[in-house]
Amino acid sequence: MVIEPKIASQKIWQILETVCDPEVPVLTVTDLGIIRDVKINGDEVEVIITPTYTGCPAMDMIAMNIKLALIENGYPNTKISSVLSPAWTTDWMSEEGKRKLKEYGIAPPQQESGRFKRRESLNVPCPQCNSTNTRLISEFGSTACKSLYQCNDCKEPFDYFKCH
Amino acid sequence: MNNLLIDYTLHLADNALIIAQRNAEWCGHGPILEQDIAITNISLDLLGQSRNFYQYAATLINQTKIAGGSKAPSPLGEGVGGEVTEDSLAYLRTEREFKNCLLVEQPNGDWGQTILRQFFFSAYQYLLYEKLQLGKDEQLAAIAAKALKEVTYHLRWSSEWVVRLGEGTEESHSRMLKAIDELWRYTGELFIAADFEKGQGVEVSLLKDSWIKKVADVFEEATLPIPEKVFMQTGGKNGIHTEHLGFILTELQYLQRAYPNSTW
Repeated sequence: MVIEPKIASQKIWQILETVCDPEVPVLTVTDLGIIRDVKINGDEVEVIITPTYTGCPAMDMIAMNIKLALIENGYPNTKISSVLSPAWTTDWMSEEGKRKLKEYGIAPPQQESGRFKRRESLNVPCPQCNSTNTRLISEFGSTACKSLYQCNDCKEPFDYFKCH
Repeated sequence: MNNLLIDYTLHLADNALIIAQRNAEWCGHGPILEQDIAITNISLDLLGQSRNFYQYAATLINQTKIAGGSKAPSPLGEGVGGEVTEDSLAYLRTEREFKNCLLVEQPNGDWGQTILRQFFFSAYQYLLYEKLQLGKDEQLAAIAAKALKEVTYHLRWSSEWVVRLGEGTEESHSRMLKAIDELWRYTGELFIAADFEKGQGVEVSLLKDSWIKKVADVFEEATLPIPEKVFMQTGGKNGIHTEHLGFILTELQYLQRAYPNSTW
């Protein structure tokens, strides 16, 4: 079966919007900005992804979940390729993704990337009470992409999705 | 030509793998939960880097084997069916075939010694990747550009810990002095190019001044001295290691050695 590229590409992007990050299940792979391209070669669908962090163990699972979603939706012949360059940045995260993160209790990235050389000096707003009176507990959190904060007002500890 | 690039890529991979393995030994043993998580996160980043380098090395080796027949480069680290993979390179090469620098294989010691080792290495990796990302080899450049973002966190985190321990208590200060005494002799090797490092786009000897400056800045804040006139140990890049690497590999490679080709 040869797939009609234009129609299929749009459909495939819609399917990708249903595939979630296993570590942060409110985010889809499109919210994360890790889908770099979708290509249709004859009857084969190629999805090109880029890893978030070099050692992120979720990437293998994400690739498999994409494959499964495409198979379920009638695209059995799929290939997932990975590219490293240009390196992923939180700038590619969608606004919708940032909103969903906050709702889920994870503070979204606060700045553009490229300022990571210095510790992010701004106060990350607490996703629970919106107070900016918060403090960094640890630069490294439960996954590579997050650091650990605590709100000084409501005392709630929370994850912050680092600018990267 | 290609053999030098393969050896260079393996050297970069081995450095990252061995320090990742060392840091992973802290898993469940960190001084407090947050720092246990931090050191294992760093370990994971470094393991990811090593995977990228090994995957690239495997591609280069397999290409060379097809093109060159029996003139394939050594070390091979061949896996099932003679195919070289990231796994066969990590699990099936011997101690003499590993090209990591001596610094990364040194024991964890106490928390101070682990911190200092990470700081020395991250400061080096930062300077190296900064140059490598502009290099002529596209894949190495892409891996370096990506990893540099993570190394920036490692360097900042380890610098802060060196300061915290150096100017902390009398006890922590004296432990840092001991750690410097233990590790300084392995830092010279970083800046002496092995044959495979020549012509790869990064002249390691030229990174030395910037590295010393970074270390001196952090040490000054940490009230720690820079040692003088220390004899520098070398050999790791050419496969002549300290006794520690053999023990690391024994643990790291155990499963594939005892149960060849086993999978999860």
